[in-house]
Amino acid sequence: MVKLTLKRLSAEDEYPDLSQHNNYMAKVLTQDMYKKLRERATPSGFTIDGVIQTGVDNPGHPFIMTVGCVAGDEETYEVFKDLLDPVIEDRHGGYKPTDKHKTDLNSGNLKGGDDLDPNYVLSSRVRTGRSIRGFSLPPHCSRGERRAVEKLSIEALASLSGDLKGKYYALKNMTDAEQQQLIDDHFLFDKPVSPLLLASGMARDWPDARGIWHNDNKTFLVWVNEEDHLRVISMQKGGNMKEVFTRFCTGLTKIESLFKERSHEFMWNEHLGYVLTCPSNLGTGLRAGVHVKLPNLSKNTKFEEVLKKLRLQKRGTGGVDTAAVGGVFDISNADRLGFSEVELVQMVVDGVKLLVDMEKRLEKGQSIDDLMPAQK
Amino acid sequence: MASSFSRILSSKRHIGILTLVGGSVTAGFLLHREHVSAGVPVRRRYPASAEFPDLRKHNNCMASNLTPAIYAKLCDRATPNGFTLDEAIQTGVDNPGHPFIKTVGMVAGDEESYEVFADLLDPVIKERHNGYDPRVMKHPTDLDSSKIQSGHFDERYVLSSRVRTGRSIRGLSLPPACTRAERREVERVVVDALSGLKGDLTGKYYSLTQMTEKEQQQLIDDHFLFDKPVSPLLTCAGMARDWPDARGIWHNIEKTFLIWVNEEDHTRVISMEKGGNMKRVFERFCRGLKEVERLIQERGWEFMWNERLGYVLTCPSNLGTGLRAGVHVKLPLLSKDPRFSKILDNLRLQKRGTGGVDTAAVGGVFDISNLDRLGQSEVQLVQTVVDGVNYLIECEKRLERGQDIKVPPPINKFKV
Repeated sequence: MVKLTLKRLSAEDEYPDLSQHNNYMAKVLTQDMYKKLRERATPSGFTIDGVIQTGVDNPGHPFIMTVGCVAGDEETYEVFKDLLDPVIEDRHGGYKPTDKHKTDLNSGNLKGGDDLDPNYVLSSRVRTGRSIRGFSLPPHCSRGERRAVEKLSIEALASLSGDLKGKYYALKNMTDAEQQQLIDDHFLFDKPVSPLLLASGMARDWPDARGIWHNDNKTFLVWVNEEDHLRVISMQKGGNMKEVFTRFCTGLTKIESLFKERSHEFMWNEHLGYVLTCPSNLGTGLRAGVHVKLPNLSKNTKFEEVLKKLRLQKRGTGGVDTAAVGGVFDISNADRLGFSEVELVQMVVDGVKLLVDMEKRLEKGQSIDDLMPAQK
Repeated sequence: MASSFSRILSSKRHIGILTLVGGSVTAGFLLHREHVSAGVPVRRRYPASAEFPDLRKHNNCMASNLTPAIYAKLCDRATPNGFTLDEAIQTGVDNPGHPFIKTVGMVAGDEESYEVFADLLDPVIKERHNGYDPRVMKHPTDLDSSKIQSGHFDERYVLSSRVRTGRSIRGLSLPPACTRAERREVERVVVDALSGLKGDLTGKYYSLTQMTEKEQQQLIDDHFLFDKPVSPLLTCAGMARDWPDARGIWHNIEKTFLIWVNEEDHTRVISMEKGGNMKRVFERFCRGLKEVERLIQERGWEFMWNERLGYVLTCPSNLGTGLRAGVHVKLPLLSKDPRFSKILDNLRLQKRGTGGVDTAAVGGVFDISNLDRLGQSEVQLVQTVVDGVNYLIECEKRLERGQDIKVPPPINKFKV
């Protein structure tokens, strides 16, 4: 006869070992906080362990600070605010729980941006994400929910017209020819391989209900059910960021109204702006960037400082964590929350203009000292 | 063990659907976690047909047996620990499988999974274990190593001998479902028991989180160290969560008896040595297992076992004995004979490369072990390996002498 072990597993016994960890979640989550939060779940049943699993499984990198937690639904940001508010504050440069986030998708408010020098700026791109209110997010959604998100998205996107008219390619139904074309266009997304994403459960049931929609002109692209419900991308070759951003705003606004016609809305509130799976993408969820040739400036000792002052970040042209090739960098806004879409794109436009001016000076062997910007 | 009474109170679904009928109460039933909901559940619900996975491209035992009707019946249930059907099948949904190798495609999250999801697990078990029907058949357990005959192989051919199995601690969830506290409890219970082993079984525990670099290197050199699983078959089932917390390796000083803690199962138990003395390897295996069982029973615990399924482990493929007895054996001539596969089949043996499952053989050296796990006892399976390997060595010797060999008649699968 087995001894009847009537145990309530204690918070102390459940608390994760974060001694080797370096991510925002590990910095914030004390045992007391864990004890308090494990008594809760969101209405759809998401728990603190679900929130933090990715951060427990991925201790992090000494130099790159990952977030280490995700949302399973919109309510996560409320139910687990004791953890998420400080994580958000730390990740988003001091954004407080009482702060309000401005949304501005009026591309007419952008000054300039249509004349970045195409000899240097090879391509321009703006991306963001959107979540459909009432549905769980990728770490937590059931197959039924994910399929419903796909169905709604397909219906809404099918109503787009004019230069936004396009077609949906479901990952599990696409032909070899379609797949190759999407790869050649650099549109196709793969099943995530990063353990940061896998550990949170976002890749479950792949490729069910995942797909890619793009317009016939291949300048407006929507990913369905990858890391977020929707990722929306506007892009084109050259330096006309204004045109890219205008299409972005028009497209997003149109998609939003199409969802509203079907009685659905995006997750949004005035504190966090647009709500997405990863706390790093709150607010605007916006990354506006260019591929730009800066072979001289990138070797200059002041490069990092300039980027920091301009509130920009650099990546290789393969995306985050890749190295630059041939002096070509991906330069984009570092911020997401606490600035509006227009403000962030303005920073990119003004900043890239300055970087190109600096590059031209250095080409001629001239100094860039007088061009050094103030901290934005 | 009679089937357990399960009161379903799942944090995820808040639906009180009852399954099963009463019997004895297990410690696991009383080990419940409280998840207090933040309010009335408002999660969007879909009918089973909208949730049913798309298995059209799949080739695994779960996909072969999961019908929409079975899914509809089981999808709103959970075990007392809250483990659901979706969690049980997630690995099989995420890993469609291989055209040639049929994987199982599902796991158990706890002992009760095998009851609560019996409508799916029973046919999966039947398919995987060659017709063993858990609804009507009984599994024999026999750890009396003295019954083994001719268990010492010709060491010109057999380089090493090894027997492994797994054991689960009753009352604690299995690796796909366990919480950090449960996993740590498994570690505590097992390490505490192992510290009571004496004589040639005296040994030491090396926790993955605390081992020194020197200890780690030694364990690698001994080929004892296990890594965080990388196979998506395992990671998709959630077994690698919180790695390396509460994982470790215990081995005796002589390095002939080894236990893995919290890898794919609560414990994996391995007895091994160089050479061909399979009888001694199995003797130590049985003795060690019985001693560990006695030590945990002293502390009020026991292994998961029942007469339908034998020893209960995470993967349905390891039910029954969970036993793989094998040798590394040199068969350069026989392995090139076109009859090799058929001979192995009839002897109920399988071959692997010496790097383990899915590796290729090197230098004509093969890992030869039993195919079956459930429906025959440990003694029967080890005897099968002994008889089979002796036969293979005879074939090899005959081929060396230029003589012909015969394909043996197929042996019986179930000796019940």
